[in-house]
Amino acid sequence: MSHSMKTLAVAGSLAAALSAHFVTPAAAQDDKEKCFGVALAGQNDCAAGPGTTCAGTSKVDYQGNAWKLVPAGTCATMELPDGRMGALEALDRDLPQG
Amino acid sequence: MLDQSAKRELPPRPGIGYKPQHFSNILQDAEPVKWLEIHAENYMGDGGRPLAQLRHLAERFPISVHGVGLSIGGEGPLNRDHLARLKHLCDWLDPASFSEHLAWSTHGAEFLNDLLPLPYTPETLSRVVDHIDEVQDHVGRRMLLENPSVYVNFTETNMGEIEFLTEIAKRTGCGLLLDVNNVYVSCTNRQTNPYDYIDRFPHNLVGEIHLGGHDEDTDDMGAPLLIDAHGSEVVDPVWQLYAHTITKSGPKPTLIEWDNDVPDWPVLAEEANRAARILDKVIA
Amino acid sequence: MSQTEFRAALLDPERPVPAGLTDPQGRPAGRRFDVYRNNVTVSLTEALRQAFPVIRKLVGEEFFTAMAREHVRAHPPTSPMMMHYGRNMPVFLENFPPVQHLGYLPDIARLELALRESYHATDAAPVPAEALQALSADVLTASRLMLAPSIRLIRSRWPIHAIWSANMRGTDAPKAAVAEDVLIARPDYDPEPHCLPDGAAPFIAALIGGETVADALEAGPEFDLIAMLGLLLATRAIVEITPGDKT
Repeated sequence: MSHSMKTLAVAGSLAAALSAHFVTPAAAQDDKEKCFGVALAGQNDCAAGPGTTCAGTSKVDYQGNAWKLVPAGTCATMELPDGRMGALEALDRDLPQG
Repeated sequence: MLDQSAKRELPPRPGIGYKPQHFSNILQDAEPVKWLEIHAENYMGDGGRPLAQLRHLAERFPISVHGVGLSIGGEGPLNRDHLARLKHLCDWLDPASFSEHLAWSTHGAEFLNDLLPLPYTPETLSRVVDHIDEVQDHVGRRMLLENPSVYVNFTETNMGEIEFLTEIAKRTGCGLLLDVNNVYVSCTNRQTNPYDYIDRFPHNLVGEIHLGGHDEDTDDMGAPLLIDAHGSEVVDPVWQLYAHTITKSGPKPTLIEWDNDVPDWPVLAEEANRAARILDKVIA
Repeated sequence: MSQTEFRAALLDPERPVPAGLTDPQGRPAGRRFDVYRNNVTVSLTEALRQAFPVIRKLVGEEFFTAMAREHVRAHPPTSPMMMHYGRNMPVFLENFPPVQHLGYLPDIARLELALRESYHATDAAPVPAEALQALSADVLTASRLMLAPSIRLIRSRWPIHAIWSANMRGTDAPKAAVAEDVLIARPDYDPEPHCLPDGAAPFIAALIGGETVADALEAGPEFDLIAMLGLLLATRAIVEITPGDKT
């Protein structure tokens, strides 16, 4: 029997053991109120737009070796599994050479 | 099945393309919007908030199910799984109307997520007719077929669009969805007269009208190239063409479509008000 | 002209516009065809932008948009349901050379996909807390707990919960590349990721696999079972309790 099961057995019931951990949710909302929350946008639409911008015609791609972009978003600094520390920008040396 | 018995038909009044961010606005005060349209594919999930919202909306409004992914104009067979999902949604919702597009979007195993054009020939006509027969048999209800926005001409085409649509309706018993913005966009792009198109259209077959915004661009020769973008207000020339349309056809259920850069509710409600004023004038 | 020909030019700007497409004067369609090229690429890129907000923040908008175009060309959708587009993103990220140094991206993509799946999953009524509380310890151990269809479990050797939370909730970025397991639960309609304590993920996986509580506890190292059951109750994750044979 696991440690927590032993604790449970001593406590005598789940009710007692859970009472410390389980907070009853606030008064239940009706379903309509729950529907008011954030909704993920629908993905299927009748129209895409916007016009003839170059998104669909750009020939700059990875296969064509014209790729010059580097990731430039929020960069977590964290200890890597091998123990080094570093911001993500500093890890270019890990890229395959050539 | 939801109880939709009081909402079996779309009223000849303004409707709006439903977006989830407007859920609370619509429940509080939807005036002058009298019905809602949803894109079928966005409600083909198994549960959660999209279907819960739809359930609440369907209790209050007639709903039009508008498919955007069936690929009725595709060379290949219809996607049976997708047909089954469509039937499941329509059986549950019992919508006031069900419509799809004269276009293709699936090729082989790929779904390309755009309403792609097809040439108008006796061969493509018979393929579309077969597909619509299959859809109506499978889903078990009559559908409306929408005229497309097109940007190119096909050298193969040897039938007019109105002739093509009318013949499909005749052979399948389907109705038509007349998108007045698409008429304006396609006629401008084809350099033909949109009023002539409206005058020749079989309005007795029309179950619903669409209105939406478009973008303006030019082609390689500097000719106007209009793009059906649904990201802005309906422009004045399209409102005028709409007024001309319902003067000819009588009032029809009229949808405002706005899919990109969706505005706050009051902007959409004002577009619906504009449609309502034109409908009122025609009735009077 | 066949749709095969149309489709080939649609996703490959190197190809010429198919013959047979013209302007009203019969000249080659040119930019007119580009409207379709653009619609396909823009609409599919937008679907990926909405599906992967954290990936987008991690690599930046410009990089994401360019990468999404590569993804769209390599993995066009295979279903008309765009709500599920992006299932190939983790594998794509594992193999896309410019992000090879960001080892955690594929698991972040898995987490974002799982959140979306949870959002659209079948509704299921939870058991009342009292039903669980009423059980004795040995009845509980012999029972099977069925979890809601919206439950998802993501195991990672990266701090995926901390990275997700830093980008979506503004919490501190993780300091160390520790492994994190995430339980996604959807109490009503909003899926929420919860970071699991060590040892809890094998237990949850075993419950999902239909094991009894006792067998599930054997699946991994020890953890605080009572706290775990409290979390499952609070997130309305338990939808059925099947008592075991043992009394």
